[in-house]
Amino acid sequence: MASAVAGSSAAVPFWRAAGMTYITYSNVCASLVRGCLKEPYKSEAATREKVHFAISKWANGKPEKPTIRSDSPEE
Amino acid sequence: MYRQAPRLLIRALDGGRGGRLIGRAFSTGVPVAPVEDSAFVEAWKKVAPNLEPPKTPLSFMKPRPPTPSSIPSKLTVNFVLPYQSEISNKEVDMVIVPATTGQMGVLPGHVATIAELKPGLLSVHDGNEVTKYFVSSGFAFIHANSIADIVAVEAVPVDRIDPSLVQKGLADFTQKLSSATTDLEKAEAQIGVDVHSALNAALTG
Repeated sequence: MASAVAGSSAAVPFWRAAGMTYITYSNVCASLVRGCLKEPYKSEAATREKVHFAISKWANGKPEKPTIRSDSPEE
Repeated sequence: MYRQAPRLLIRALDGGRGGRLIGRAFSTGVPVAPVEDSAFVEAWKKVAPNLEPPKTPLSFMKPRPPTPSSIPSKLTVNFVLPYQSEISNKEVDMVIVPATTGQMGVLPGHVATIAELKPGLLSVHDGNEVTKYFVSSGFAFIHANSIADIVAVEAVPVDRIDPSLVQKGLADFTQKLSSATTDLEKAEAQIGVDVHSALNAALTG
């Protein structure tokens, strides 16, 4: 990832130019590969994509009611 | 500014090793034998003679393994995924990694390199046997002492890929690419096309 001497004229990958971060790019690639697998492996891989987390916003030093986000790959 | 970087780095390295510190030595250059801070240990023993002095993070760090003076005959490979370790400390003859700059062959004695990987085939060659994996993306760290650490988010043996799904995905994303409007949609469609063509090439190549 060399940059030219004259400051920030480095060639960026197309996904970064479109505003995507490396992590998003990497996760998209991985989920596309998971979607192209043969059957028993595909369902095992689908379990790896599940996300489950709870977010709570804080106001005035106290947490408000948490929102639970539970994603499955189909979104 | 960046043109001076190699000169400054060399100055810092020489200073660290030579003892006369022109610049600070890298924090990752842990000395070969872990050292204890004797002044701290003395003070601790005066205050709490029956307790063991606490260990500092530096004493837990393993010293950097020395670079062998002659090139080893085998390459040690560690290939890990987030959910399991595919290859751990295996001695092989060569690995070919799909770097963004092209397929890169790594032999024992390879120069220390960090390579970003693109979706593609990773092959591990040991004698006559070749094991191939399709890697979605990741990094390969090759160290000066002929140890290669490869990390990937998702990697599957090539025989687990379904060709019909690959063709379908390629057709879908090529179509999405031509009909995409915003930059983000174009980028996602392009990623789809890239990944599926790499999968296709891996199946046929």
